[in-house]
Amino acid sequence: MTSVSSASPGLRGLRDVKNRLFGPLPDVAQEAGYEPDHPKRVGFFTDTSVCIGCKACEVACKEWNTLPMDDSHGQRDALGLSGMSYDNTGQLGANSWRHVAFIEQSRAVDLPMPTFGRPGDDRHDHGPSPANAGDPISLANAQQSVLNAEALSEFDPQTGQTGADKQIRWLMSSDVCKHCTHAGCLDVCPTGALFRSEFGTVVVQGDICNGCGYCVAACPYGVIDQRKDDGRVFKCTMCYDRLTDGLQPACATACPTTSIQFGDLDELQARADARLATLKAQGVETARLYGRDENDGVGGDGAFFLLLDEPEVYGLPPDPIVTTRDLPAMWKAAGKAAVMMIGVAATAVLGSRRR
Amino acid sequence: MTGGITSPDAGWRQADRGPSTQHSTKKRRKRGGGRGRGEVAMVDDVEFTSYYGRQIVKTPVWKSPDVPLYLFLGGAAGSSSILAAIADLTDRPKLTRVGRYTAGVGSMLSVVALVHDLGRPERFLHMLRVFKLTSPLSVGTYILSPFSAAAGATAAVELLGWFPRLKRFGGVVSAIFGGPLATYTGVLLANTAVPSWHAAYKQLPYVFGGSAMAAGGGISMIFVPVDEAGPARKMAVAGAAIELAVVHKVEHDHGILSEPFHEGRPGKLMQAAKTATAAGAGLTVLAGRTRIGAIASGTLLAAGSLLTRFGVFEAGIASTKDPKYVVVPQRERLEAGTNEHASTVTR
Repeated sequence: MTSVSSASPGLRGLRDVKNRLFGPLPDVAQEAGYEPDHPKRVGFFTDTSVCIGCKACEVACKEWNTLPMDDSHGQRDALGLSGMSYDNTGQLGANSWRHVAFIEQSRAVDLPMPTFGRPGDDRHDHGPSPANAGDPISLANAQQSVLNAEALSEFDPQTGQTGADKQIRWLMSSDVCKHCTHAGCLDVCPTGALFRSEFGTVVVQGDICNGCGYCVAACPYGVIDQRKDDGRVFKCTMCYDRLTDGLQPACATACPTTSIQFGDLDELQARADARLATLKAQGVETARLYGRDENDGVGGDGAFFLLLDEPEVYGLPPDPIVTTRDLPAMWKAAGKAAVMMIGVAATAVLGSRRR
Repeated sequence: MTGGITSPDAGWRQADRGPSTQHSTKKRRKRGGGRGRGEVAMVDDVEFTSYYGRQIVKTPVWKSPDVPLYLFLGGAAGSSSILAAIADLTDRPKLTRVGRYTAGVGSMLSVVALVHDLGRPERFLHMLRVFKLTSPLSVGTYILSPFSAAAGATAAVELLGWFPRLKRFGGVVSAIFGGPLATYTGVLLANTAVPSWHAAYKQLPYVFGGSAMAAGGGISMIFVPVDEAGPARKMAVAGAAIELAVVHKVEHDHGILSEPFHEGRPGKLMQAAKTATAAGAGLTVLAGRTRIGAIASGTLLAAGSLLTRFGVFEAGIASTKDPKYVVVPQRERLEAGTNEHASTVTR
């Protein structure tokens, strides 16, 4: 498989790498031009089934990255309540790089009352052990003992009974930049201010960005935004400064329930698969992973999620596609249209009698 | 089996909205273009969920009128430079001169509009640090820079009457970049997550190319004596016809994503654009050979082109503000199974 080439590494990469615009990429950092000895790709796995909505991640992010205050519509230095839920952050934006969504849901109860068994009776029958994941013992213990089906369905504060015929549940989810395999923002940045770090993350260089705003329009998740008074754009860096010093991102460090897990992406993916299998085996049929599949419209997310309802309930697009997938067809159309213009103009001139 | 979150999507609804909690798009009739010949496209009732009705993709921070004006000026300048270069080669001095002035002035103003739109205008030159085929704005910078240099210099020497051969060379260089300058802006808008722009990615370059020819031809008709303005009239009418035909596709081929082109302010702008363009083209054919007719029809064509740019720009902006334009088409393509890629949700 090793093709010998005398070209520079960059050129060799250009020739060998498939799926430059779309589809799975085994090594995003190498595709971006890093030498093969770069660090492994890192990411976030946000398990919303254990999120308690404490917003420690938001606070830690704001503190570490010294982000200014804004209201739920991104207006700087404004203190405002969204008036819709406990969520007064409202959205991801230039000043909010973590955003905890709150969804209060109710439903009519038409199911028989749950049958009770002793919690943990069937503990040993469940799911594949996630023991192959990193830090295996403590993690597996944590998942098997606390986060089992009983906890989620019967004793979980997220699901409570109000009255005889109505049930209430709260969904909480800490949203963040997805650090896509094919990042639209990165593709369209005309200055090179956005770049792929050696960790496979996507970062803005504040001293390069000239505030053209193209990335804002190109993000299929609506993450990156412009700080109006500053002119430049800002988004989650996955704490690039902390990563280079061997620390975890601030949000993952602050999360008290390990809802936000940071680590090597392949390890997180294995952990998430195991967690999904565990929940499924325990009967949590609504559990699903979002952004985990490397064959999806953005080549998989560097920050992916375990959700308990459809993505759009959390304000996430159900089928995001990196816009540059269609760019070759667009350039073709623009080229043809330009040729058409010359053809029309030439015909117009040559078809007219002089004077 | 227990209740709670253990049943798949078991009837959960947003709590504060009562039993029927999901938003639904209302059934509405879309009026067809033109003279009320009832082409009626129906948008079916679609249920969709959102996070408190908040938008999903961000609204572009591009400013109006900077960007629509840039689209218009770049288009008019581009098509004028092509017309001027071919007119020069076939010895039509008045048409050549007007085309070169239009291209020169248009290119300078479009550079101003583009730089003014930046959040940090003083960093405009950062655009020239890199060249990226994946960024239409980067490619556009490398189209606009040589174009405006060549077109500006050509217009200047035309004014001063110096270096006739260099003038012809500059005119040809600007004509080479003129077509791409007018059509790349379609890619610029389409290569985004803005639903109604991206959906029309195969059409926008043609819309803008046709619109550019209508504008460039129209402006030339205003300033060139009618006996030499034949090519300008022909290019303007052809451009207007192309613009109207392709705009019709944009407005009807994309289901719910065509909706913003019909509704509200963008809908009014698009309607006004079509009216002005069609009237301008018709008047050109009928009265383009009279001075007054040429001025009137040229003005209408240029105004139509300008309105088209504003209409398309604002329709895209509107499509970002309602989550249904993100959720509904994405749900539809998931359900149709027409994707060549996997779902982003792993169950």
